[in-house]
Amino acid sequence: MADLSTNDEAVAAALDAPVGRGEPILQVRGLKKHFPLTQGILFKKQVGAVKAVDGVSFDLYQGETLGIVGESGCGKSTVAKLLMNLERATAGEVFYKGQDITKLSGRALKAVRRNIQMVFQDPYTSLNPRMTVGDIIGEPFDIHPEVAPKGDRRRKVQELLDVVGLNPEYINRYPHQFSGGQRQRIGIARGLALNPEIIICDEPVSALDVSVQAQVINLMEKLQDEFNLSYVFIAHDLSIVRHISDRVGVMYLGKMAEIGTDEQIYEHPTHPYTQALLSAVPVPDPEARAHRERIILTGDVPSPANPPSGCSFRTRCWKAQDKCATEVPVLAVPQRFQGEDTPAAHFSACHFAEEKQVVPAG
Amino acid sequence: MSITDKTAAVPAPRGGDHTGPLLEVKDLHVEFHTRDGVAKAVNGVNYSVNAGETLAVLGESGSGKSVTAQAVMGILDMPPGKIPQGEILFRGEDMLKMSEEERRKIRGRKIAMIFQDALSSLNPVLNVGYQLGEMFRVHHGMSKKDAKVKAIELMDKVKIPAAKARVNDYPHQFSGGMRQRIMIAMALALEPDLIIADEPTTALDVTVQAQVMDLLAELQQEYNMGLILITHDLGVVADVADKIAVMYAGRIVEQAPVHELYKRPAHPYTRGLLDSIPRLDQKGQELYAIKGLPPNLLKVPTGCAFNPRCPKADDICRTEIPALVPVTEQDGADLPGRKSACHFWKETIHG
Amino acid sequence: MPDVTKTATAVEDAVATPSVDASAPAAKQEKARSLWGDAWADLRRNPYFIVSSILIALLLLVSAWPTLFTSASPTAGDLVHHFLSKPELSKVGSPEWLGYDQQGRSVYARLIHGTRASVTVGVAVTAIVTILGGVLGMIAGYFGGWVDALLSRLTDVFFGIPFLLGSMVVLQAFVERTVWVVVFALAFLGWTQITRVMRGAVITVKQADYVHAAKALGAGTVRILFRHILPNAMAPVIVVATIALGGYISAEATLSFLGLGLAAPTVSWGVDISAGVAQIRVAPHVLLWPSIMLSLTVLAFIMLGEAVRNALDPKLR
Repeated sequence: MADLSTNDEAVAAALDAPVGRGEPILQVRGLKKHFPLTQGILFKKQVGAVKAVDGVSFDLYQGETLGIVGESGCGKSTVAKLLMNLERATAGEVFYKGQDITKLSGRALKAVRRNIQMVFQDPYTSLNPRMTVGDIIGEPFDIHPEVAPKGDRRRKVQELLDVVGLNPEYINRYPHQFSGGQRQRIGIARGLALNPEIIICDEPVSALDVSVQAQVINLMEKLQDEFNLSYVFIAHDLSIVRHISDRVGVMYLGKMAEIGTDEQIYEHPTHPYTQALLSAVPVPDPEARAHRERIILTGDVPSPANPPSGCSFRTRCWKAQDKCATEVPVLAVPQRFQGEDTPAAHFSACHFAEEKQVVPAG
Repeated sequence: MSITDKTAAVPAPRGGDHTGPLLEVKDLHVEFHTRDGVAKAVNGVNYSVNAGETLAVLGESGSGKSVTAQAVMGILDMPPGKIPQGEILFRGEDMLKMSEEERRKIRGRKIAMIFQDALSSLNPVLNVGYQLGEMFRVHHGMSKKDAKVKAIELMDKVKIPAAKARVNDYPHQFSGGMRQRIMIAMALALEPDLIIADEPTTALDVTVQAQVMDLLAELQQEYNMGLILITHDLGVVADVADKIAVMYAGRIVEQAPVHELYKRPAHPYTRGLLDSIPRLDQKGQELYAIKGLPPNLLKVPTGCAFNPRCPKADDICRTEIPALVPVTEQDGADLPGRKSACHFWKETIHG
Repeated sequence: MPDVTKTATAVEDAVATPSVDASAPAAKQEKARSLWGDAWADLRRNPYFIVSSILIALLLLVSAWPTLFTSASPTAGDLVHHFLSKPELSKVGSPEWLGYDQQGRSVYARLIHGTRASVTVGVAVTAIVTILGGVLGMIAGYFGGWVDALLSRLTDVFFGIPFLLGSMVVLQAFVERTVWVVVFALAFLGWTQITRVMRGAVITVKQADYVHAAKALGAGTVRILFRHILPNAMAPVIVVATIALGGYISAEATLSFLGLGLAAPTVSWGVDISAGVAQIRVAPHVLLWPSIMLSLTVLAFIMLGEAVRNALDPKLR
């Protein structure tokens, strides 16, 4: 791959090739991001590293939504930045149509950017306050003039506004004249402008009011069907992730703890962290609070600058044994479920994986 | 009903010959005078809390839920805020008519508040032991040494591990969940009768959220305190509240015991909210979405403020403000504690 | 995006239709109000802004066309008739209005003609300092790493030199001290303040999501710097520069007063204040009028800076 990436033309040609539905469009392998901790003013000396992302692997299939959940500090937002090439990975690869995009730069990277776009969490800081809505949504066309001829741009911007459910006449207004939900629609329109194949959504609705969240979620599902998009949907809200995702990955302290289809994760979780996470989610049904088993974890998430040895979850895990402190569990189908045809047979990084139903049957 | 069960099991209300609710808010109005006009943040809110009871005030941003709490606590910025009318009765006495001195005696000692952002609510240059002990030094005139002992006791109470060792640590040395526990310890210090918690777990992770909510509920039982929980999260409310007041555009649109509300909402807004949140235990196809946007407080729609977004809206909704009226069964039987401010509540709950 | 049109009407259910959007009618009248537009609306109603901008406009007019205000020469003295004559306050605008100095020159004429030196120094130093400091601050803040470390330490070194003392030393190197030499001396040490402010602002703006969004779209460094970072980082720089402008004018006066800045025959307030001190008992008016002008000018710029700060401060919105 490395020699190919130097050849911009070849890369650009490869990127235009379509990917069939259900085939992997993005393959992430052993992705790592360590932020160095330094001391000194002019001559900096590295004294350690925050292991924000520490070896994450997954596939994104064409047309699907992959949810990534985890608590703050688990590295899920850093994964988003790495996939977008906004941060340089310390190690690992992200293959998009066979190209390792973490090694790309210049024109080849710009070509990839057309196909992978992002929707940000905070609709208040993700839009430049000094630009009009028309300028914001039209900027992708300024950067990639080949997508739309100049005379066509205003019409394109108005079409995009219409697609995300905003009045096309708002083109000359500024972001602060809109509410949070409307701003997020503007952000989505900007992401759609270049007609990308993949959209990375980093907590796209968590800053919005409850009654507006549903509007935006519905819009995103509709757009996925219409434009044949693949989503990586990063969120801390497990209910929303369940609603929108086809497959779900659970992250803890920079690593993937468990990954599977939404049914496998939500109804047949085998990793104790996933089980605790799910059991802690408040269910908006007071009837459920009586007959619900809750696993209350003790303590806090350890610092990613100094993660525990072995399994990083062991300090809060009720199943932890000596083995957990010495051996790092691999993300694979646990031995006891191998070859079995049960929903519990999915990737789970736990030495003592076992099924436990924590979500009340709906 | 759960409320009566619960109050019977706890010790009798402390301090006072006053019978009736611990706190009663009556017809409270709050407005803000801004450059662009008068924003009516609260427009006639009524609610009450008893000792040992948890009232959840549910609403979105701009619903007036936090402003109401700030008015109760007496920490509203005035100006630009203004309370043109209303009463806030604490043990039967109107706090709005009290002198600043009298109110200060109630604040912290009788009514305490927990905020969403614990880091900005704690003083970063003082250690937590000092900040916790301050309550005892100021209000009880304790010595520095005794106050520190008390501080450690409190930290144990809110289950901060190794309290003795950590009493001299500074706020930034604690994690988010631990800081929120310190905030709770501070609110508890003087054993208040009422705690107002404004989105106490919103900034926390799910696993920590559960710990903190559990702690709060446990302490409330132990001290038989009233608790006003202000939140936008229907899930958190379902887990801890006894009764709920749903606010929209500065009014309470529905009031009900918690089980009732989730089973049979009597206001289209409540119903819309319940239908629009995705459920962990269900995988639906398309979410129900309340159309439109939350109202602009400078230009609240005429009539029922929810009418532009309401699927049931009719002519009367655009002209007449619906009163918060008691809700009854189909045969007219009483539904204690239930009220709705909708012209069509009958159709909403029974239809 | 060829398939956009067919979906155009498909999203009506979840949409904020115009009838629902409470702010729609109002938006019609106040269409396209940018943040600067908002700030302007705020400023127009601020009495401090009105007073200070009228004062500044007047100053600029005086320094551009001094002869519009007086026909008397600032350098022609008449010791026989006018030696230290007292002001005749009723004769507004005439040469004798504010009295005469120790060389029989009209104080009013010198005041008018001295404006140009002060305003030139203030504006020129501010312009140089803003451009130089702005560019350095932007580079340090945006690129970070060793570039930032190097520039920041350099800034610290210059910042450590006492401003007036340093300017005096620089001025010593010149035999002839024209307005432009004073400008150079002040700008030589003045750029650090703007550099620091700009660097801080750029570092804050750099982390905003809209900058990440532009990068994610493939925007180049130039576009990111000039379209996204600069417009959003400029507000604090403008405020600091406006306030500093007043400071540079008073620094020029101080240097001239000490005999290190401008000197006769250049006409400047500082020169006049310096000369007036000798006559403070006999003819205080020679000292008084240039001092008042200087204070008013400095005050006007500080007031303008404060007004702009309040208008741009997003926390007050």
